[in-house]
Amino acid sequence: MGEKTENLKIVKKSKFLSDFVKYRYLLSEIVRRNIKVQYRDSVLGIFWTLLQPLLTTVVLALVFGGFFGKKADGISNYVIYLLCGRLLYDFFSQSTKRAMKSIRLSAGVIKKVYVPKYMYPLGNVISCFVTFLISLIILAGFLIGYGFTDKAVPITPYILLSVVPIAVLFILCVGVGMILSTAAVFFKDAEYLYDVFCMLLFYATPIVYVVDSMNMNKYVQMGIMANPLYSIVGMFRDCVLNGRMFNMNHLLYSLAFSVVCVIIGALMFKKKQDKFILHI
Amino acid sequence: MENNIAVKVENVSVMFNLNKEKVDNIKEYFIKLVTRKLRFTEFWALQDVSFTIEKGERLGVLGFNGAGKSTLLKTVAGVLKPTKGSVEVEGVIAPLLELGAGFDSNYTGKENVFLYGATMGYSRKYIEERYDDIVAFAELGDFIDVPIKNYSSGMRARLGFSIATAVDPEVLILDEVLSVGDAKFKAKSEKKVQSMFDKGVTVLFVSHNTAQVRRLCNKAIILDHGKVVASGEANEVCDKYDALVKGGKK
Repeated sequence: MGEKTENLKIVKKSKFLSDFVKYRYLLSEIVRRNIKVQYRDSVLGIFWTLLQPLLTTVVLALVFGGFFGKKADGISNYVIYLLCGRLLYDFFSQSTKRAMKSIRLSAGVIKKVYVPKYMYPLGNVISCFVTFLISLIILAGFLIGYGFTDKAVPITPYILLSVVPIAVLFILCVGVGMILSTAAVFFKDAEYLYDVFCMLLFYATPIVYVVDSMNMNKYVQMGIMANPLYSIVGMFRDCVLNGRMFNMNHLLYSLAFSVVCVIIGALMFKKKQDKFILHI
Repeated sequence: MENNIAVKVENVSVMFNLNKEKVDNIKEYFIKLVTRKLRFTEFWALQDVSFTIEKGERLGVLGFNGAGKSTLLKTVAGVLKPTKGSVEVEGVIAPLLELGAGFDSNYTGKENVFLYGATMGYSRKYIEERYDDIVAFAELGDFIDVPIKNYSSGMRARLGFSIATAVDPEVLILDEVLSVGDAKFKAKSEKKVQSMFDKGVTVLFVSHNTAQVRRLCNKAIILDHGKVVASGEANEVCDKYDALVKGGKK
């Protein structure tokens, strides 16, 4: 009897794996489709992935540069500071928003054909990840450009370690995306609520301001530090802007937070996915 | 599963919750939870349905509207999980339910061929090998590089049909899709389906039309209110169904 249930478990596990292998081309097609369709009818096409963060950063620098930029002691270059936070935040908010809608938008397929449904939130996060990686070119351009001015940012080997916060952020996005995509199937309101939440998150993450230079209430500061994006953005800035090793506590906290999100998301998704078809 | 059985449906029951009022936002949900107005009515779309289809057999499923035919097809296709019982399918299954469901309207015909193929679980190489056949069969010509949103519904259906039948499935699920496109394409698609029959594909065919079932199938069942009320040779079952229809009209 015991042997039989164990065999059954192995069968189930290998079904998950064989499904993933069988449908991995679907994953890459979803990623390709999302990227291609996003910019299809625009004149500049894929250049918008570069242009959009560039322009929004210019706007933010104009609006906040005078106010926060001068006040921010210990920041060698406010534009780079802004860009680091902005790019990471954009990837998080866009990928999770798109993952959230992915199940509803693929209802036509899910209702008709058997597909591993997690491919849709996962594919949306990956496609946003690809455009995010492309948009990093802007950051590289600014780093090089400022290299010739007196606002030059010290480039050290630590810049290579910036892959660590990026990887953690990716895990976080997958986890949050899975949770949200499941929730949005059952409660459409979640989509609107999440838009508001993202706005709050923008201000709860030190993108335009520096936490230390603000005279903040102790509890507000604690709230901001509990935000995993605070740790991830902080790590990224340490590597890119300050050219030093990142804080290990930041890594431990954000990684643990992200892994827990993935576990919760995977369990929720697995438990509820058979019911999706009844609600979409 | 024994070697010669392609589809095995065992004691399958599917239950839906019929909400008296649809609750799809959090506020309403909590209000109803607190006021205990959250009632569900159970509705059994399928009840204890069992049948097997042997390899190469063609089973027709007859039944009136709301008898559970579509629910049955969805459970066999693996889209819907049965509340009770089990469904086993041996081999590659191609559902020909509502063609073109997996299309992206901003994508061109060519891109959609690959997207649709991927949705059905095929690799890029596999689709590339069949790409020319698919395009030729759909008779789209230069339109293959035009976004699908500019297609007529007939063109969409033709492309969907071509992709779905370009692969060599072992089990084919047909949901009255044989009426695709104009008369010319209709004849062509029936011929294509017939050639798949000749290759020994197993078929599950849903219809109201007993003439079609008699022509295409060698076995049939009648579903009524989620239960199998008759099963056996196609002609016998069709006679029973025709009698039922006449009885209903009286």
